[in-house]
This record gives sequence, C-alpha cells and structure tokens, in this order.
Amino acid sequence: MFTYTVRRLLLAIPTLLIISLIIFLLLDLAPGDPTAQLPLTIPPEVKEKIRQSLGLGEPIHVRYFLWLKQFLVAEPLHVFDNLFGTHFADGMQRVISWQTRSPVADIVAQRLPQTLWVVGMSYVVGVLIALPIGIISAYKQYSWFDQIGTFISMLGFSVPTFFTGVLLIVIFAVNLGWFPSIYDTTHVVDSWDAFVFQVRQMIMPVMVLALYNAAQISRFMRASMLDNLGQDYVRTARAKGMSEKVVVLIHVLRNSMIPVITVIALGVPQIFGGAIITEQVFKVNGLGQLLITAIYANDIPMVQTLTFIFAVLIVLFNLIADILYGILDPRIRYD
Amino acid sequence: MPNKGVPVLDVKDLKTVFHTRSGEVHAVNSVSFYLRPGELLGVVGESGSGKSVTMMSLIGLLPSPPAEVRGGRVLFDGEDLLNVREERLRELRGARIGFVFQDPMTSLNPVFTVGYQIMEPLRKHMGMDKRQARVRAAELLALVGIPDADKRLSDYPHQFSGGMRQRVMIAIALACDPEVLIADEPTTALDVTIQAQILELMKDLRDKLGMAVIWITHDLGVIAGIADRVMVMYGGQVVEQAPVKELFGNPQHPYTRALLETIPSVTGERTERLHVIEGQPPILAAAPSACTFRARCVYASDRCACENPPRLTVGPAHDAACFWDPATGQPRNTEPTHTGAPNAG
Repeated sequence: MFTYTVRRLLLAIPTLLIISLIIFLLLDLAPGDPTAQLPLTIPPEVKEKIRQSLGLGEPIHVRYFLWLKQFLVAEPLHVFDNLFGTHFADGMQRVISWQTRSPVADIVAQRLPQTLWVVGMSYVVGVLIALPIGIISAYKQYSWFDQIGTFISMLGFSVPTFFTGVLLIVIFAVNLGWFPSIYDTTHVVDSWDAFVFQVRQMIMPVMVLALYNAAQISRFMRASMLDNLGQDYVRTARAKGMSEKVVVLIHVLRNSMIPVITVIALGVPQIFGGAIITEQVFKVNGLGQLLITAIYANDIPMVQTLTFIFAVLIVLFNLIADILYGILDPRIRYD
Repeated sequence: MPNKGVPVLDVKDLKTVFHTRSGEVHAVNSVSFYLRPGELLGVVGESGSGKSVTMMSLIGLLPSPPAEVRGGRVLFDGEDLLNVREERLRELRGARIGFVFQDPMTSLNPVFTVGYQIMEPLRKHMGMDKRQARVRAAELLALVGIPDADKRLSDYPHQFSGGMRQRVMIAIALACDPEVLIADEPTTALDVTIQAQILELMKDLRDKLGMAVIWITHDLGVIAGIADRVMVMYGGQVVEQAPVKELFGNPQHPYTRALLETIPSVTGERTERLHVIEGQPPILAAAPSACTFRARCVYASDRCACENPPRLTVGPAHDAACFWDPATGQPRNTEPTHTGAPNAG
C-alpha cells in the first residue's frame, strides 16, 4: 500500500504538470483582454503598455514557465517565510491578481473559510443525513419510508439550488423572518450570541446544499445496500444467529460502504470549488464567487491558480478514494 | 450411524407459500419428516422441488415477504419452532442448528477475516471472550482440515480456495456443537476431487461429533455414499422415503425410479443418449389436489388426476406417495401411513 501510494504521488506530478499546461493554453486561447474593461478614453498605446507590464508581451512558453515558478516556488516559499520568519522569498514575484493587484494566494486564503464553513458543512450534513436514509430505505425497500425518501431525493436532485435557495429565502427570511436572507461574511464569532447568529445565517445555505448532496449520496447508499442485502453471506450471517442489527450494520454496511466512500471522497474537491450558484443566492463570497468574478474580469492568474488548485484536489482525492477502497476492501491489494 | 431414539427434529405438515406478482406459489406442501439424533438424512429432488425451501422454512431463514410459512409444526427438542419468537430462533440458529450453504465463494463475507466469522457465533452463543473464541476457532479450522489453522484465522475468504472456503463454512456451522446440521448442496459448487474430500470430512466429523445431518443434494451418487435414510421430494412434497439401501434397491415411486435411471452407467454398453425425465417440474399456484408428477409419469391413471396420493407404507420404514405398485404393475391398496416419527424405543 505504501509503495503504491508513493508511486501514485510520483505519477501525479507529470499529470498535474500536463493539466496546468492545458489550463494555461486554454485560458490563452480564450478570447478576452485584461484591459477591455478600462475606459475607452485610454489610448491604445497606453493599453498596450499595460499589457506589456502584465507580462503579456512574452512568448507563451516563457509566460507558462514564469507562472509555474511563481506558483510552485515563490508561493510556497512565502508561506514558509510567514511561518518561520525567514527571508527566502524576498524579491520573488508572486502570482498577482490582475483585478486587485494583490497576491492571488492571499485572496484565496481570505475566501476559503467562508466556502469551507458553508459548503463543507453542507457536505457533512448531507452525508450524515444520506447514510441513515439510504440504509433504512434499502432495508425497508418499497415501504412508505422508502417511497418518501425516493421522492425527496428526486426533488433534491432535480430541483436546482437557485430555486430551492430562493424558495427558502421567501419562506424563512421574508415571510417568517427566522433567518437572515444574506450571509454576512464580515461577521466575527466572539460571543455566544455571535455564534448563534452565525448558525442562523448558515442554516439556509447549508440546508439548500445539504439537500442536494444528501439526495445524491442517499441513492448511492440505498443501491449499494440493496446489492449487498441479497448476497449469500447475509444469509450466512442470519444462519449464524446474528441479530438483524449486526447483520445490517456490520455485515452489510461494511460491504456497502466501499463504493459509497469512494463517491463521498470524490465529492470533496467540489467543496473547495464552492457552490457557485448557492454562493450567489446567499451572497456568500466564497471561492465559487471568486472564480466567477475572476472569469468576468479576465483575471487570468486568478482563474489559472484557482482551476489548478481544484485540479490538485481532484487528483489528490482520487488517490485518497483509491487508498480508502484498498483499506475497506481486503480483496484489493495494490502491491 | 443411525441410532434409534426420540427424533431431534420432527416436522409435520409444513406448508410454505411465496407471494409473487403472478399470484401464490406453493413451494412446500404438507411436508412431514423426522430426523433422529446422529442420523444422516439425504434429501434429493430436482431444482425447484422444494428441498431448500423446506429446510429454510424450518428455522425462519426465508425472507418474509415474499415467503410465508402457512402451517405445520416443527418440533425441535420439544419446542415448536414455528411458534417461537424471532429472538428464540436466533438463539438456536448457529448454536444448535448449523447451516452449510451451496456456494462457498459467496457465502462468506468478503470483508471480514475468516477468524472473525468463525468467532462470531462462538462469542454470541457460547459467551466466549475474544481470546477463548480465537483458540476455539483455531481448533475448529484444524478440525475441518485446514493446515496452519492459527495463522489462517487472520486471512480473508478470498485467500482461500473454494474447497477450503467450504471447510470454513463447515467450521462455522459446527462452531457451537449443533445437534442438527443442515447442509444445502454443500458440494454442488465444488469440483469432483474437492467434493470427495468434503464428503470424507463430513462422514468423519459426523462420526466424531455425532450430530444429525440433513444433506440436500441432487446428486444421487453422493446420497448413496453418505446417507442413512433418503427422502425424495417433488413438487414441494415428499414422494418417497426409505433407508438408503432400500431406496436404491427397491424404489417404489415412479419419480424415484426415473431419477435412478438417469444415472449413466460407467460399466457395460454406452447408451446413445443420456436418460432424462421428460417434461418440466410443476409450478404450483395452489396446494396440489392431484398427483403433481402425473404429467411426466408413464404409469399415471385417472385416479392420479383427481386425488393427491398420500404417503403409503410400502415396506419397513419405507413409504411412497403413489397409487401404483411396481411389484404387481397394479394400483396398490394400502392405508395411508403415519408420516411422522416412529415411537421411541
């Protein structure tokens, strides 16, 4: 398992390099001009100078390798310097956002907590709801519980979040007034009341996303449980006199979790990608919202960096899913 | 080694029905039989004759729905298993009644070690702690002939071959010293040499441990070699029951005779084609009111179409559910036998 992991990590390096190149080329091919939104009164020569100053005059391979150096060397060194007070990164150019002229990494660090809190929490809540629903639905297949569960899953899966989000706002924020309709990112949790407020403002976006996540995962869980409930080893467990609790929650669940864990692990990178629509509806300025504004503003370093971070996470969680698979299923040995 | 005594298991008029979309299927129809301590009862019949369903019904292993045990009585050690709580059944299953199933490749849970799976019933039924259970599990593995038993406890089922897995299944079934072992086609999924090994092992274990065994199979050769008494099933009913020598030497029911004829002979002239029993086994939408075999029977008469033959005594400890007497070629005239247990003594 260990050598497998190391081999996969080494293999991830060329994979990610190729991904970064593709992202870079795609963004370069895409139409758009970072100076397009500047006032028309600025003469073309000045605009050209601005472009030159952004480094756009260099040939594409030079720009690519400069970005690589900034992202892979300068940024980690900066982090290192900040942590240990060293000066390795002094004078090194960081990846700078064209919109704000501040380092991309700093902006990402500002936005990350919002996304993790709201989207991450919704994922956790979604999984926690989905697993029991999936287990009970499968065990009591075609019961009223299963029928209702199937119906709600279908709704949660097919009704888009911009609809459920707005619906929740109308009901709970406008009519009932229980929760604030927008998420206040500047809110600081420093007392019990502030904490309660934080929970209240999180409830709606978390619920909207949790419904969607739970709908998906509960279906996987149900299908996987159903696959296993009919297996011969379940009959064996019953023939051994095991109680239904042991049969279902130990024998069947352990087997059923194998594919579900993979699905859950593969879904984690999406958390970091943010939930663009839900973040817009509730005005959570997380990573999803950051990416959208960067795309609109032709902020190529920002888009490039965010997309590449997502790529890294996807590659990483693919590996994690595979390793979990190997841990949960003894039949799979990677060495 | 059959020893006389009070039957350990006495089944009377067991009826099991499956509810399906296209109506009811009567899978077990008034099946009665008994099992003496230490006896090996062979149950034969073609696929769908109700062999397995009968045995699963006894101990509540059929999923319900769709299955419903509709009537009858299953006496095990004076207790009617059809009338006890599910909790009580669980105490008996795996503890006093062991099971071995057909396909060892799928009957073990792939994600738990073999040791864990053997230790489970030990810890539940015998109240052993982890260490005691492990010691006992290693003994059991050694008993069923798995070398290096202690080490192999921490292996997973996929690290065992088919025959070895069936040995593990047997070890699980025997874990708590059951009085009855129900083996549902335990050798069907194995190749012939492994079959022979498992049969040898079972004979050996029965002599050592003295439990009663119900051996379900459709392999008559296996039955001839291992059973004390044989029960032939057809259409969810027992059609003939006799000690093994008697059954093979003097089969009475046309179905049993036909079954025996299907066995190809290894000596003498090779027949052009293998013998088959023409036709299909019945699917019963209602409890049978006529002989279920009559459509495939060459001796069928009018009576067979309007009356379901009861089990008639045709010899010592031998009964058959047929109106036709092979000795005379005429319908026989005997009173119905009692189909339950003979009196002790």
